[in-house]
Amino acid sequence: MVLVYAESPKGKFKKSAFEAVTYGHKTAQVLGTQCVALTLGDAENAGQLGKYGAAKVVSVGDAALNNFDSQVHAAVIADAAKAVGASVIVVSHSSSGKALLGRLAARMDAGSVSAAKAVPTNDGGFKVKTNVFSGKAIAEYQINSANKVLSLMGNAIQPEEVGSDVAVEAVSVTVPASRVAIKEVKTVEGTVPLPEAELVVSAGRGMKGPENWGIIEDLATTLGATTACSRPVADTGWRPHHEHVGQTGVAVRPNLYIAAGISGAIQHLAGVNSSKVIVVINKDPEAPFFKAADYGVVGDLFDVVPRLNDALKKYKANS
Amino acid sequence: MKLLVCVSKTPETTAKISFSGDNTQFNEAGVQFIMNPYDEWYALVRALELKEKAGGSVTILNVGPAANDTVIRKGLAIGADNAVRIDAEPKSSLFVAKQIAAHAKEEGYDMVFLGKETIDYNGSEVGGMVAELLGQPYISFATAMEVNGNTATITREIEGGVEVAEVDTPFVLSASKGLAEQRIPNMRGIMMAKRKPLKVVAATDATDLAVVASYELPPAKSAVKLIDPENMDELVRLLSEEAKVI
Ligand SMILES: Cc1cc2nc3c(=O)[nH]c(=O)nc-3n(C[C@H](O)[C@H](O)[C@H](O)COP(=O)(O)OP(=O)(O)OC[C@H]3O[C@@H](n4cnc5c(N)ncnc54)[C@H](O)[C@@H]3O)c2cc1C
Repeated sequence: MVLVYAESPKGKFKKSAFEAVTYGHKTAQVLGTQCVALTLGDAENAGQLGKYGAAKVVSVGDAALNNFDSQVHAAVIADAAKAVGASVIVVSHSSSGKALLGRLAARMDAGSVSAAKAVPTNDGGFKVKTNVFSGKAIAEYQINSANKVLSLMGNAIQPEEVGSDVAVEAVSVTVPASRVAIKEVKTVEGTVPLPEAELVVSAGRGMKGPENWGIIEDLATTLGATTACSRPVADTGWRPHHEHVGQTGVAVRPNLYIAAGISGAIQHLAGVNSSKVIVVINKDPEAPFFKAADYGVVGDLFDVVPRLNDALKKYKANS
Repeated sequence: MKLLVCVSKTPETTAKISFSGDNTQFNEAGVQFIMNPYDEWYALVRALELKEKAGGSVTILNVGPAANDTVIRKGLAIGADNAVRIDAEPKSSLFVAKQIAAHAKEEGYDMVFLGKETIDYNGSEVGGMVAELLGQPYISFATAMEVNGNTATITREIEGGVEVAEVDTPFVLSASKGLAEQRIPNMRGIMMAKRKPLKVVAATDATDLAVVASYELPPAKSAVKLIDPENMDELVRLLSEEAKVI
């Protein structure tokens, strides 16, 4: 059996949960078994996970699980796995999923693969691919233990509807007391967080100063994109740290990454090289970023970015 | 406070990535190695700051071969008091975590620090594993931490924001950008590091449950399509009709 932990922050599933169930379903097919989805705490309309291939949904509804504590969550997931007889566990490669992955692997003495990017194969060994060296290479891991734990990289596969709603069963598992007290949660509403963003508009030192960011924000608003920046821009305080993309910042894998006034240093590319399509705007035709780009515009960003914004507005108005 | 900082060795950020032995081995020839930036810049420095304020000791721990001693000495030069190297080839995350946990159990640290991930395998796994093996709370992706007596108030990154959590020692923490500011070792630090104790211990028994079977390089990008900067309608058309991303 494959058990998928479908995260439901604030009681709601995000796309990543549907991706994880789709992935769990496909993994179960490879192994010739079934996929069971697990929800913890509040989870609205959990039966819908059946659409993505869960044969059933089990839940532990204890409200204490609405606060994330990797120690508590890992204990509950491992016990639920035992209860349904699952030896393979799938979690999302989210901030919680990353903490759970290691805990579950240690708890179940399982081989684990972090940020899996493709459905496993099971032909002479259970093998899973993941990016390594910050996206500069791909490694295929082989897991040799009976228990296996995988975290699924965001946007690596798309949710697929293959079935219909299923019943939700409560599973009886003891929820240990938490030793971590959550004092405050501060999230920005209305924008998609960078690691999950499908559209990203990013800018670098070519912007000359923080006061010029209006044109980047306007372009992002038109597209419905999340804004990002290069490291020196965050380091000098022009933009907040959470926007810093690259090897030592956030890794993104959007469908579209637009980079304006960024040279494309190898450490920056390491964080963006999994993007499906890259557009580079730079006045220097020799900028290394053009080698990694799908579309390039050689020109002054202060002219090009507003012009692109106007063209997009026109396109949006007509479509 | 008795603090442990786990550090790993990674290829330098501009290193050329290539493989040998029929794509089963990372080719180390000509590659320069550094201390993993998250371990060095954030985990180690925050631990040192705590010691400077409240007293105690900072030990750095590496699981690896003798060639890793240069990276360990750098940690000592930045200010750690002593170091332990567990003499083994770090081939899988759970193997490494079991080594760290065995040492930490014996020593009984108040806090165990790690970087949020290594920049080579990007796994982000070892922290959670160590915490589970020690039966301790784990706060990952910490961007700020205040300590009052035995209680730490830690800000950690979550999707689209941050969460502030309170936890009592002992616990395990993984360090993200913001937790501290990078320190450059000075001459005195480098000289002193040579005399600080670096203990080499034998590994405990553990098997590698997940190992790399083979590597590949990502498919090469096709050449960039240049668009006239005066004609952004054309770029929009291509993004919509050709790339189908808008
Ligand atoms: C260990 C290490 C880790 C690092 N990690 C990261 C990381 O995670 N992320 C990261 O981004 N960097 C990282 N760096 C830094 C990286 O090496 C580069 O220094 C950085 O990415 C450069 O930022 P930039 O492209 O914004 O600035 P620059 O390199 O200064 O480039 C600015 C670009 O803007 C262009 N430009 C200027 N004016 C205009 C204009 N009017 N119109 C159009 N184009 C214009 C210029 O031609 C130039 O190409 C790291 C470095 C090290 C050593």
